[in-house]
Amino acid sequence: MSVVAEPEPEVEPESQAQLEARFQAVIGRKDRIEPRDWMPEAYRRTLVRQVAQHAHSEIIGMQPEGSWVGRAPSLRRKAILLAKVQDEAGHGLYLYSATETLGVSRQELTEMLISGKQKYSSIFNYPTLSYADMGTIGWLVDGAAICNQVPLCRTSFGPYGRAMIRICKEESFHQRQGYELLMTMMRGTDEQRAMVQESVDRFWWPSLMMFGPPDDASPNTAQSMAWGVKTHTNDELRQRFVDMTVPQAKALGVTLPDPELVWNEQRGAHDFGQPDWDEFWDVVKGNGPCNAQRVAHRKRAWDDGAWVREAALAFANSENGETSATSATSKSNESNQSNETGTA
Amino acid sequence: MTGQVSGEWPLYEVFVRGKRGLNHVHVGSLHAPDDELAVRHARDVYTRRNEGVSIWVVRSSAITASSPDEKDPLFAPSGDKVYRHPTFYDIPADVPHM
Ligand SMILES: [Fe+2]
Ligand SMILES: [Fe+2]
Repeated sequence: MSVVAEPEPEVEPESQAQLEARFQAVIGRKDRIEPRDWMPEAYRRTLVRQVAQHAHSEIIGMQPEGSWVGRAPSLRRKAILLAKVQDEAGHGLYLYSATETLGVSRQELTEMLISGKQKYSSIFNYPTLSYADMGTIGWLVDGAAICNQVPLCRTSFGPYGRAMIRICKEESFHQRQGYELLMTMMRGTDEQRAMVQESVDRFWWPSLMMFGPPDDASPNTAQSMAWGVKTHTNDELRQRFVDMTVPQAKALGVTLPDPELVWNEQRGAHDFGQPDWDEFWDVVKGNGPCNAQRVAHRKRAWDDGAWVREAALAFANSENGETSATSATSKSNESNQSNETGTA
Repeated sequence: MTGQVSGEWPLYEVFVRGKRGLNHVHVGSLHAPDDELAVRHARDVYTRRNEGVSIWVVRSSAITASSPDEKDPLFAPSGDKVYRHPTFYDIPADVPHM
């Protein structure tokens, strides 16, 4: 039952032009749009798509690592991996809550993931074939995610930016545990070193794809940047990631599988080859090695959990029934979608 | 919750967003006869010097809080999970951007 104070409604309803001018002024000042502000429908739709896709990625991203928790080689490594997977679940929940402030329900979001109407990051459609992949994912995949997410802390939509700040604080552990795992294996046997190299070879190109298609094939980037939703282009972030990763690979003692990768003195940056963009689009379309398996697993978890959700609701309703006949209905009013306190 | 109020006005908790982009933060409480007036009063009591751009009020009775007795069962278990912190991992200082 919260009431939110916002500017008084004008006596004369504001014209569309006035609303848009005010919205643009907020963006122009690099200020944040908050859920109760007026926003163009296209801005809202873009954000729903982007934040939901981000949330789905965190949730689906639990699968490739979760499957190794039982097989991690020591109690220490199991505890670390479990803690990381738990964090990813939390990230998904922060981001779903942020999406819900835009007027979509959690149930709709889950259904759009399961039906394939909304996407998640293609990286999670690649399989985790060896334990070394647990290190490589932390180092490269979480590393690429950090590159993407740090600038998003200043994205123009308030709830999204605040979720990103929480997430970025937690990601550092993810990357470091991965790198430390790989360092440990590199100090091991020849066979272990070969496992690390083989894993890096498989994940390097899909990691570069995480930044999305090249700028000239990314028609939405310009609008997203004009709205302050994105602050850097895909290619800029990809470059930043490569430049950060090369010295880390050197220190680790692995090679990155790109014959074109070379330092460019003039640019003060690395030149590097392009990922196979045909493969990228193919995986986006659903033809990656694990697309069907990931979505089927999520659907099974959702279906298998139905009785738990129903039982918990029935129990809550019967408890409320004993104390007050009206509280069950007032509870459901409170989950009003425009209320930002989605987690309260 | 918005039924008849008699006697003392109910207590409300007040949350203020300092500026766009920040979370609403709890600033205190006040009494008011209803939700609408709680917002007005919150404005007068808590934002006389430009402290905020948005106010939330919520009936104190609608807040469910953890009890101090639960402090250990709720929060102590994370104490021994040091591996959740980045500093748990030894990475040589000359490895950049980590
Ligand atoms: Fe995450
Ligand atoms: Fe992560």
